[in-house]
Amino acid sequence: MTDTHYDRAPGDVSALPDVEQGTTSGVLVYTIGLALAVVLTAMSFWVANTSLLWPPGISLGLTVLAIAQMGIHLVFFLHVTTGPDNTNNVMALAFGVLIVTLVVVGSLLIMADLNDNMMPAAELMNLQMQH
Amino acid sequence: MNIAVAVDDEVRYEARMSASEAGPAAKRIVVGYGFWVFLLSDIVMFAAIFAAYAVLTHATAGGPSGMQLFNQRSVAIETGCLLASSYTCGLMSLAIGSRRYAVTYLAAVITFVLGAAFLVLEVREFAGMIAIGAGPQRSAFLSAFFTLVGCHGLHVTAGLVWLAVMMAQVAIKGFRATVERRLLCFSLFWHALDIVWVWLFTVVYLMGVLS
Repeated sequence: MTDTHYDRAPGDVSALPDVEQGTTSGVLVYTIGLALAVVLTAMSFWVANTSLLWPPGISLGLTVLAIAQMGIHLVFFLHVTTGPDNTNNVMALAFGVLIVTLVVVGSLLIMADLNDNMMPAAELMNLQMQH
Repeated sequence: MNIAVAVDDEVRYEARMSASEAGPAAKRIVVGYGFWVFLLSDIVMFAAIFAAYAVLTHATAGGPSGMQLFNQRSVAIETGCLLASSYTCGLMSLAIGSRRYAVTYLAAVITFVLGAAFLVLEVREFAGMIAIGAGPQRSAFLSAFFTLVGCHGLHVTAGLVWLAVMMAQVAIKGFRATVERRLLCFSLFWHALDIVWVWLFTVVYLMGVLS
């Protein structure tokens, strides 16, 4: 998949005639993607419910599994590749990831910091959050 | 894929120049890019709602928390529905590529049914929560929950309407270039919704039930 030279956009089928594309290989790509996604989803549910793992590490593990599954979806379902016509899409994706990270991490950091600074006691902090 | 491509790969490489020498990109690629930018802006909007939810997770105002409300079994079924519908949506775009009407309609119907099953489960979950007094007005946590999950549900609803409209267009207009590009945008939209759901079930349902 990675060393193909022709151009593709996300979700796009090959720009080449259908004879050369080969539908069976397309089905294979989607099937591999589905299998990987199912495995990762099952792992996420197992990790969240098991008592075998170190509890403080579980949320980190879930985050890693979710990011891995998003990567699987991008590559196998949305067909984000390194091809030349995909450069713009990858750049836009990188910018989107940057904004999403800034919004989510920034909000969490600032709100956690505010909560720390606003009230001295944990009980009062909870009271404040209840409004 | 690799075996099929490798045979005439060299010929193709010579025939096609690098992207800058090949002239303007095909319209399908430009349309895909434009829709991709829209999808990213949609995901940024979801990020803001996610941030609000993450900040308000513990603001339950003495009401029920996620641990008491969420049912993992129905979430697992919903996830399965969305994943399977994403797969059949992929098969539909392959069938469109090879101009097979019957397979296209079949894949579209399965995609629609799975998406509708997801929505039914979600609405039942919402109705159950509201019935026990855990509606969006109960606490900041529940307001954020209904906004986030409801927003995704609205997107799925819009996707189902879009899919129905596209099938009508295929039936009436056939596989025209414009119809094909709209179907390409639909499949992008549907796969992107699945990505948002992966994020959503991890943050809301799985992390929500951790002690």
